[in-house]
Amino acid sequence: MRQNKLGRLIENFGEYIVSVKEEKGETVVVVRPERQKEILSFLRKDEELSYDMLIDLCGVDYFGENPRFEVVYLIRSMRDGDRVRIKVRVEEELETVSDLWSAANWLERETYDMFGIKFKNHPDLRRILLPEDFNGHPLRKDFPVEGFDFDRPFEVKLEEES
Amino acid sequence: METTFMTINMGPQHPATHGVLRLLLELDGETIVRAVPHIGYLHRGIEKLGETRTYHQALVFTDRLDYTNGLSNNLAYCLAVEKLAEIEVPKRAQYIRVILCELQRIAAHLLWLGTHALDIGAMTVLFYAFREREKVLDIVEYITGARLTPSFMRIGGVARDIDGEFAKKVKEFVKDFPKRVDEYETLLTENIIWKKRTVGIGAISKDEALSYGVTGPVLRACGVYYDVRKAHPYSSYEEFDFVVPLGKNGDVYDRYLVRINELRQSNRIIEQAIDGVPEGPFKAKAPEVTLPDKDDVQTDIASLIRQFKIGTGGFRPKKGEAYASVEAPKGELGFYIVSDGTERPFRFRIRPPSFLNLSALPRMIEGQLVADVIATIGSIDIVLGEIDR
Repeated sequence: MRQNKLGRLIENFGEYIVSVKEEKGETVVVVRPERQKEILSFLRKDEELSYDMLIDLCGVDYFGENPRFEVVYLIRSMRDGDRVRIKVRVEEELETVSDLWSAANWLERETYDMFGIKFKNHPDLRRILLPEDFNGHPLRKDFPVEGFDFDRPFEVKLEEES
Repeated sequence: METTFMTINMGPQHPATHGVLRLLLELDGETIVRAVPHIGYLHRGIEKLGETRTYHQALVFTDRLDYTNGLSNNLAYCLAVEKLAEIEVPKRAQYIRVILCELQRIAAHLLWLGTHALDIGAMTVLFYAFREREKVLDIVEYITGARLTPSFMRIGGVARDIDGEFAKKVKEFVKDFPKRVDEYETLLTENIIWKKRTVGIGAISKDEALSYGVTGPVLRACGVYYDVRKAHPYSSYEEFDFVVPLGKNGDVYDRYLVRINELRQSNRIIEQAIDGVPEGPFKAKAPEVTLPDKDDVQTDIASLIRQFKIGTGGFRPKKGEAYASVEAPKGELGFYIVSDGTERPFRFRIRPPSFLNLSALPRMIEGQLVADVIATIGSIDIVLGEIDR
């Protein structure tokens, strides 16, 4: 069943798929960023595949490599319970999938907040967990754990002064 | 005629938002036109901190995610690391894990039941629910030594073995509990005021719930059969006989019914597990990963050295990645861990169920009344410690 499903994907997007492998009982597909949106859209909308649930979306920072970031999608088909992990290597910019799965809206905001990966055409790309005036993206490997300003005193600004 | 909407802030300091959730509501009279949740007030950077600790040390962070549910969080993390390091957990440890996780689910659902009813105005239920929750926490405290942050699971097994006294306490509780659930039900299930406040409120359709990535009782209340314990069984759940309660309308009342039935099912699972705990070790045979027994550490020099070595240096799983999830009381809680071959996780990703459940909240409350917002927030059962991480 699963082989057939992935066969359909390879049939349609063969040259844009870097690798398909089984790792610890999980299927991992690495795709190229140019057609990432079409591939995910195909996985979501195709009658036979219908991966209708985005379980997770997150970033990984491979600092020093090129392209630097990896965005990981974990999708699941409700019909046969099949889970597939799709991975894309990117350099700070990627097409949004929030129109395919509403869950991607907040998950992409979080990825933007933590890694600074910009999602094109996202309806509301703001920081989600950190304050809007925060400096930097903390899950990047070059961000120190204690932050950039841990040894500086807080700036106290009273409302009357501003 | 010109219409102006009124914008009000609900929270972050509001008892019915169950933590520090801030909702920006735009109102047309009493009807909600737009709702924007603001989160992050409890952000502690657990995903970042996890990358700076060894695999054993990072376990304690997981207790602090959904703080009503420490044991399931521990389990989800341990499962992911065990998958990564390819460790086989012995049956006895798996059964102990199941018993503890289901006890924790009962405690978490009782906390939800009490506070949810209190939010809507039924105060009595709180005292009933907390009476049993106290008993569960006593059992958890007896075996783990803590009520809120147990940190009891270990990579490869559990921290210590269970004894006859524990089994006795659990059996006593399990025998008594179904009658107690009946009591809660007499207070609420057919209560006309309760039904008026909950039936048809905060509903979301099946397709939308799936698209929003909603999981757990909120998704099952829409009638979707998705429970990680059945769909991707872990820790021997396939050996237990239980049903997954489903709702129909996806409203606040159905979520209540689903959770009440889950209390009974959890009780059934514990009943089967406590009678069937197999003999054997409670820790995996993987000396380079698991910590030695406390008794050995105090009497045997080799164990002492191993304790020191693993405790300070950790262990090194092979390069790779693993995702493992459990059915936490709130929904699917997953850990995605990437290893680069060192003793610390390269990426420590937490898939929080409440985060995605909350992202569907605006969809549920738009067009409804202000008073129903409280009922809806209560019904999706969020914990901000997990949303903000």
